[in-house]
Amino acid sequence: MSTAIRFPAFNRHGVLAIYRFEMARFRRTLWQSLVTPVITTSLYFVVFGTAIGSRMGEVDAVPYGAFIVPGLIMLAIFTESLNNASFGIYLPRFTGTIYEVLSAPVSALEIVLAYVGAAATKSVLLGLIILATANVFVPLQIVHPAWMIAFLVLTATTFCLFGFIIGVWAKGFEQLQFIPMLIITPLAFLGGAFYSIDMLPPAWRTASLFNPVVYLISGFRWSFYGTSDVGVGVSLAATLGFFLVCLAVVVWIFKTGYRLKS
Amino acid sequence: MAPIISIAKLTKTYASGLRALENVDLEIRKGEIFALLGPNGAGKTTLINVVCGIVTPTSGTVRVDGHDIQRDYRVTRSRIGLVPQELHTDMFETPWGTVSFSRGLFGRPPDPAHLERVLRDLSLWDKRHDKIMTLSGGMKRRVLIAKALAHEPEILFLDEPTAGVDVELRRDMWALVRGLRASGVTIILTTHYIDEAEEMADRIGVISRGRLIVVEEKTALMKKLGKKQLTLHLQEPLAEIPAALGDWRLELKNGGSELDYTFDAGESRAGIASLLRRMGELGIVYKDLNTSQSSLEDIFVSLVSERA
Repeated sequence: MSTAIRFPAFNRHGVLAIYRFEMARFRRTLWQSLVTPVITTSLYFVVFGTAIGSRMGEVDAVPYGAFIVPGLIMLAIFTESLNNASFGIYLPRFTGTIYEVLSAPVSALEIVLAYVGAAATKSVLLGLIILATANVFVPLQIVHPAWMIAFLVLTATTFCLFGFIIGVWAKGFEQLQFIPMLIITPLAFLGGAFYSIDMLPPAWRTASLFNPVVYLISGFRWSFYGTSDVGVGVSLAATLGFFLVCLAVVVWIFKTGYRLKS
Repeated sequence: MAPIISIAKLTKTYASGLRALENVDLEIRKGEIFALLGPNGAGKTTLINVVCGIVTPTSGTVRVDGHDIQRDYRVTRSRIGLVPQELHTDMFETPWGTVSFSRGLFGRPPDPAHLERVLRDLSLWDKRHDKIMTLSGGMKRRVLIAKALAHEPEILFLDEPTAGVDVELRRDMWALVRGLRASGVTIILTTHYIDEAEEMADRIGVISRGRLIVVEEKTALMKKLGKKQLTLHLQEPLAEIPAALGDWRLELKNGGSELDYTFDAGESRAGIASLLRRMGELGIVYKDLNTSQSSLEDIFVSLVSERA
């Protein structure tokens, strides 16, 4: 006969514990997590925005320095979301402390919510700080602020989910860096972070449409200036689609215990 | 007494094909100290990890106080604390930070008074704000115990808690385990040390090659396992054991130059004195003698080979 014991349907203390732990790790590595990307992005503004940008014409009626701001924020969001989320789950696997999370009364959803939520918080915070930094260098306008926040949060969350998947998949630190460095960064550079794809020859423009990052940057840029390379609806659908694909993979990971449980 | 843990027909085969557990049936009684003994790779840690939810069983069922560990995992896990064999801790955290984390993770609201009590009991209070990486190995093991106790579990698994720790810490841990049992906590510990099992356990289980081969009350098992041996190096080899020494379990070795007397650890040592006296009467002279106790590993091998 069992004793009637109830456990809350949602383990909020557990989610908060992981979330706070991850945010504490963020504070411990503030230089790496926040200051470094801000300095790097500032250098982009100095070089491309002020030095080279002053000699370039407007793009879609937007000064070049201001034009690249959404792309640079997205570039930082992609990289940092992947890094934060992948390290967040990979480190406990590497050090063995994952045993505690796996033996705790936390559901798969709660684990993802905590790890991805913390990583997304850091990314959104970083995006907003870069935005504030950019405002120092170039005059900015945000036509659709609510959509800007929506795109920022959705993209950060999606890439944090993607990073979580990489952190579970990776067998070593080299694999952890493989996708961010060799796939995402090139796609971001070729996805219109520094130019409008309308500036490309027709063949390259068509090829660019197969790059999913184009849709993410285009939608985010639309929220700033009201102009975009592709329709904003298509951008939103592409971002949501990527989000759902990542979510499905994470659900599969926990259903099968892939590389988490033996 | 109703079992607090019921394991039935539990089997675990890893993806590599290794069968770590095979049809294990075991019941743990509420409030007891149960020692699970076995050589390396016997399946002790796999068994613990299945109950705690870290390893998925291939077949069989595990119930904690009547709750299935897979269907009612929140209830069962919230009642279990685990101290792993390896020193898995976040080296950049402090003892206070990590026990607070553990308590929250297991769904319990903050309770600084309880955490202070746990850290004081484990002599960690003065080190509560130090980075874990600066603590000694023994202190790190105490931190793991503190983490396991942070959410006030009713069942505590200690996987090789005293492996590689000094005598003082071992004694401290034994005292802690006794204190926990006195407060109603059920304790399951794995160990290689027979004296530890002897000191602590109410019941003992022996596992080998994934099979639970013995589960008995400690006193009954110790009689079986605790063999001692007296070896007499004789002046002159014997061709055979004299009939007058038939009352003792003797064996001739090394061409008759060594005489082994095997006796239970719990048996009176008076048997040695009477044997030596009788040998003197028979004119059997020895030039040296030594005693030894079979290691648990030897006993396991013997147990396993008996059942192979």
